Amino acid sequence: MPGLGASFGRGAATSFQQDLANSDCILIMGSNMAEAHPVGFRWPMKAKEKGAKLIHVDPRFTRTSALCDLFVGIRAGSDIAFLGGLINYVLTNEKWFKDYVLAYTNASTIVAEGFQDTEELEGVFSGYDPQKQEYDASKGHWGYEGAGGDKPKQDQGVEGAGGAAEGGEQKSQQGSKGVHGYGLMGGASSHSTPQSESTAAPAGQPPRDPTLQDPRCAMQYLRRHYARYTPEMVTQTCGCTVEQFLEVAQLLCDNSGPERTTALVYAVGWTQHTTGVQIIRAAGILQMLLGNMGRPGGGIMAMRGHASIQGSTDVPTLYDLLPGYLPQPAADKGHEDLASYVKYEGMPTGYWANFRKFIVSLLKAWYGEAATPENDFCFSWLPRIDDDYSQLLFFNKMAKGEVKGYFLFGQNPGGGGPNARLHRAGLRNLDWLVVADWFETESAVFWKNDPTAPPSSEIKTEVFFIPAASATAKEGSFTNTQRLLQWHDKAVDPEGDCRSDLWFVYNLGKRIKQLYADSTDPKDDPIKHLTWDYDHDEPPRLPDGSLSRIEGEPNASKVLQEINGYNLKEIDSRTGKPKLLSGFSECKEDGSTACGCWIYSGVFPEPDRNRARERKITDNPVQPEWGFAWPHNRRMMYNRASADPQGRPWSERKKYIWWDEEKKKWVGNDEPDFEPDKPPSYRPAPDCKGMDAISGAEPFIMKPDGRAWLFAPGGTKDGPFPAHYEAGESPVRNLLYPKYQASPTTRYFEGPLNPIAHTPESEYPIVATTFRLTEHYLSGPMSRFNSWLNELQPEMFAELSPELAEERGIEHGGWMTISSPRGSIEARAMVTRRIKPLTIDGRIVHQIGLPFHWAFAGETVGGNANDLTSLTADPNVSMHEGKAFVCEVRPGRTGTPAQPTKKVAPWPTREDSPDTPKSAQPEGHLK
Amino acid sequence: MILQQLPVLNELSNAFPPRQTPVPSPGSDTQPLMGFFTDTSVCIGCKACEVACKQWNQLPSDGFNFTGHSYDNTRMLSETTWRHVAFKEKIGGEKSRWLMMSDVCKHCEDAPCQQSCPTGSIIYNEFGDVYVQPDICNGCGYCISACPFGVLGRSPEDGRAHKCTLCYDRQTDGMQPACAKSCPTASIQFGPVEELREKAKQRVETLHAQGNTQAYLYGADSLDGYGRLNSFFLLEDHPNEYNLPEAPPQPLHGQETRYALSLLTGLVLMLLSALFFSKGDNYAR
Repeated sequence: MPGLGASFGRGAATSFQQDLANSDCILIMGSNMAEAHPVGFRWPMKAKEKGAKLIHVDPRFTRTSALCDLFVGIRAGSDIAFLGGLINYVLTNEKWFKDYVLAYTNASTIVAEGFQDTEELEGVFSGYDPQKQEYDASKGHWGYEGAGGDKPKQDQGVEGAGGAAEGGEQKSQQGSKGVHGYGLMGGASSHSTPQSESTAAPAGQPPRDPTLQDPRCAMQYLRRHYARYTPEMVTQTCGCTVEQFLEVAQLLCDNSGPERTTALVYAVGWTQHTTGVQIIRAAGILQMLLGNMGRPGGGIMAMRGHASIQGSTDVPTLYDLLPGYLPQPAADKGHEDLASYVKYEGMPTGYWANFRKFIVSLLKAWYGEAATPENDFCFSWLPRIDDDYSQLLFFNKMAKGEVKGYFLFGQNPGGGGPNARLHRAGLRNLDWLVVADWFETESAVFWKNDPTAPPSSEIKTEVFFIPAASATAKEGSFTNTQRLLQWHDKAVDPEGDCRSDLWFVYNLGKRIKQLYADSTDPKDDPIKHLTWDYDHDEPPRLPDGSLSRIEGEPNASKVLQEINGYNLKEIDSRTGKPKLLSGFSECKEDGSTACGCWIYSGVFPEPDRNRARERKITDNPVQPEWGFAWPHNRRMMYNRASADPQGRPWSERKKYIWWDEEKKKWVGNDEPDFEPDKPPSYRPAPDCKGMDAISGAEPFIMKPDGRAWLFAPGGTKDGPFPAHYEAGESPVRNLLYPKYQASPTTRYFEGPLNPIAHTPESEYPIVATTFRLTEHYLSGPMSRFNSWLNELQPEMFAELSPELAEERGIEHGGWMTISSPRGSIEARAMVTRRIKPLTIDGRIVHQIGLPFHWAFAGETVGGNANDLTSLTADPNVSMHEGKAFVCEVRPGRTGTPAQPTKKVAPWPTREDSPDTPKSAQPEGHLK
Repeated sequence: MILQQLPVLNELSNAFPPRQTPVPSPGSDTQPLMGFFTDTSVCIGCKACEVACKQWNQLPSDGFNFTGHSYDNTRMLSETTWRHVAFKEKIGGEKSRWLMMSDVCKHCEDAPCQQSCPTGSIIYNEFGDVYVQPDICNGCGYCISACPFGVLGRSPEDGRAHKCTLCYDRQTDGMQPACAKSCPTASIQFGPVEELREKAKQRVETLHAQGNTQAYLYGADSLDGYGRLNSFFLLEDHPNEYNLPEAPPQPLHGQETRYALSLLTGLVLMLLSALFFSKGDNYAR
């Protein structure tokens, strides 16, 4: 989420869901929280019960809208215009929180000479190269005025924690070769062990104008940039009314300030756009101006699209990251040895001066005794990346036949990938494919059940289906949307041949190691010396005390202990093994510590204390003893901002963390996200370095200047300010920047399998957006095989307005066909007034909504919305654009309907429940 | 009514269905009456209650039928559906609304199903909840026609009537019903009915204070002569919008008059036929 990273320093949700109950107003936009995160929606409802105002801005009137006080319907893909309008309203009506903005943001910082805004260049920022369709930030002078006018180095870690990573989609890299992208501090950081060295800010603080009158200060640029985002322009672009827009603006302003706070909630409705990162940036700017960051009931709550997606970025499944946001070494940079890698990727300044400690501890965790100072801790064994292997590009390669084999764990690209047809074409081109899943998903049966595919005889892919254990039949930890690690125990053994993913990977690793055990080839050393020892010390038992039936199941606690880390020089007398680390501050660079993921360190501080497994409810409303949140169990980030520059709470009502003059430290219910004993009065000397360069009144400690960035001198690849561009496919012209229809940095992967409609007015005049239902999960691999869920939403449908239905002759409940440049699907018509035709730029624009839960495998099958979406990538994280594309609709079916692949079982069975006395059989059993 | 003064007639009318029973009392002095308060103002229509109910009680799916009735593909309570989330789209006007309500057996204080049951299968259990004992049910179906809310259904599989048990088995183990447990927004609340009524009244006051003057309680007090519901609702629109009767008919009220009338009719018919046959006799002779 570089959008949040560029604004505040870390690319993760700034707060926790429970804190939404403390909000006075919640703006939900780009999220259908009630339907997609129903359990978390408890907290907005708590706020509402206390009298908070809930606002939903969305293309569709959803179950979320039904529960909000105010719903505003807008066109899919017009979010930046709406948010820009809000920013403009706050500025022109002088509603911004002046004390907060002056002290805690870079509003007063002078921008480098030579920077030119979109207002000056008619739609692009300075530094744009039309040939490459990329920006060169240094040529564009996106930086602060200062020594040489340098911008803070991009590698300074302003980017977020990887891609938006939603809906099972893979995150991807920033740069064309990956490694440039993930700002180091996208992950965690700590300042509780202050380091010397300077931040990368130019020597001393950048020049500022506290009066905000300098035409080159960030605030003046901001005002000019959004001056044309008037309520009328918002109306023309988004399709809402002026009154609706003003009501939202008024509510936000009335509920922000010292006494009140407004929270913002978004999800994949914002990320899945070619401008997704900039939409989130716009939200960040709005929240900075209103002074809502780091304060209770405020912040920006990023809702993740999948269980433990946060965990899979922290201990990454990403090709260009090592655990803890350390970059994967590349083949094309100065990464030949550890010293140059540390020099190039680490930082002489700030907390990343510890970079070497983390990479050495990681190598010790992976290669054990083989890793020595003499051999560079086996740094040369790490694989190097030489290209973009993010999901979109990887499947693009696969579709061209450039990939031989693939493992799929808990992912269904054949059903849920953007332009799923192209993904299936990729799968058909493989030699072999391993699918570990509960059910035979689209990605497992694409070779026989796909109605759009050639006959099975022409498909050469050999598919190995591995039955996977369910969550109740395995142990492990989840990292949820608010960075909280929660452990779950194993309740029962998995049935039959089902095995946990961990079992599969562990035993596969063991076999590979056995295969190479006798090899003398040096290239096999990484396999031979990989530490791979997670066997149970004693035969594992189930909760009822009986022995587990499963042979070879690894001990997941041992994996978490390795992630937590050990001090290899100290032996714990209780276990006779190396002592567990109590936190990442104990990591060493001499090889005396091993740590599998430094940001998680502290989760397993004692042999019998797994903090992720703790479930203690206390009087503290923050509940710090429920699970473990990285870093350092801080639940709300940037919480120093909950106090004024002098360290006093902004108001009694919004008290959270404050400076205790007697104790000489920051106190409150949460862990302070600040140096615990740095007084508010502290001011750095001009030549201070590292954390010492951050004053006691600058809460955004991940930033070299300690402040949130209204103007982002780095961290994004598509501009320092969010500007409204139309989606890659849109039937509406860009009213704000007529010269640039879509974002000039969007990447299209056009080809026969991925045609794009750049000028779709006549052929594809309707805007389509995909959405999720509560009743189903993602592309349906876990829900379309369950008759209790299928009966609740049994068929693919499309939501459309009565007006559009009448125009096209479509009947409610009847069949309709939806076509995009990528193909056609069929669906039942759900004609509803919840969808409204919008008046955009003086003409009627229709929208339709498509749930993305159906495809051709399971008990219920139907048209796949992702067969219509395209392979289009944003420049920052290679995110596709599933939330806004174009289509045409007509009545009738497509003619190639899929057939269910699973017979509907009269489920549940009528047999008695096992191990249950007659009198205790379920009430519904008819026997 | 005068007829009620006649003990013979009263006994007669109570001898065979329908019978009247005293208002339920819990099993012991320490056990309060247990019930549901369903607050539709916070219902998000997630249907977790439907799934939790089916899972706990091992009820089968009712088949895959796309109805087109908003997001409601369940349509009604039945022998295999004991919780049902109703959806009603009211778009337009000053504020667009989408009403959602999780419907369930009302566990009436004065339950017609219980009163109409000829075998004594339907009882009030020790928690004061209306409970069908399947091993006693003979499948006559009187309860189905007696229920003014359409809660019960008869299973084609075993021929018996089934409905929400208020998770009797979970309650006996000290747990709350599956639906209430799974509800993410506390729209379904379970507890002693007296406490729930107090809580609900406060909730209505709060909503009124916040400007939501449409909120009111359905079934917390008697409904136009129909006894109170131990599973009652907070609604924000007319009951008909949620497919609930404004004044549920209590089929047993006025039963004495109907008995007397039918007795009278019989007598009149007897008299008429006696006259007819006597004439016939004359004719034959």
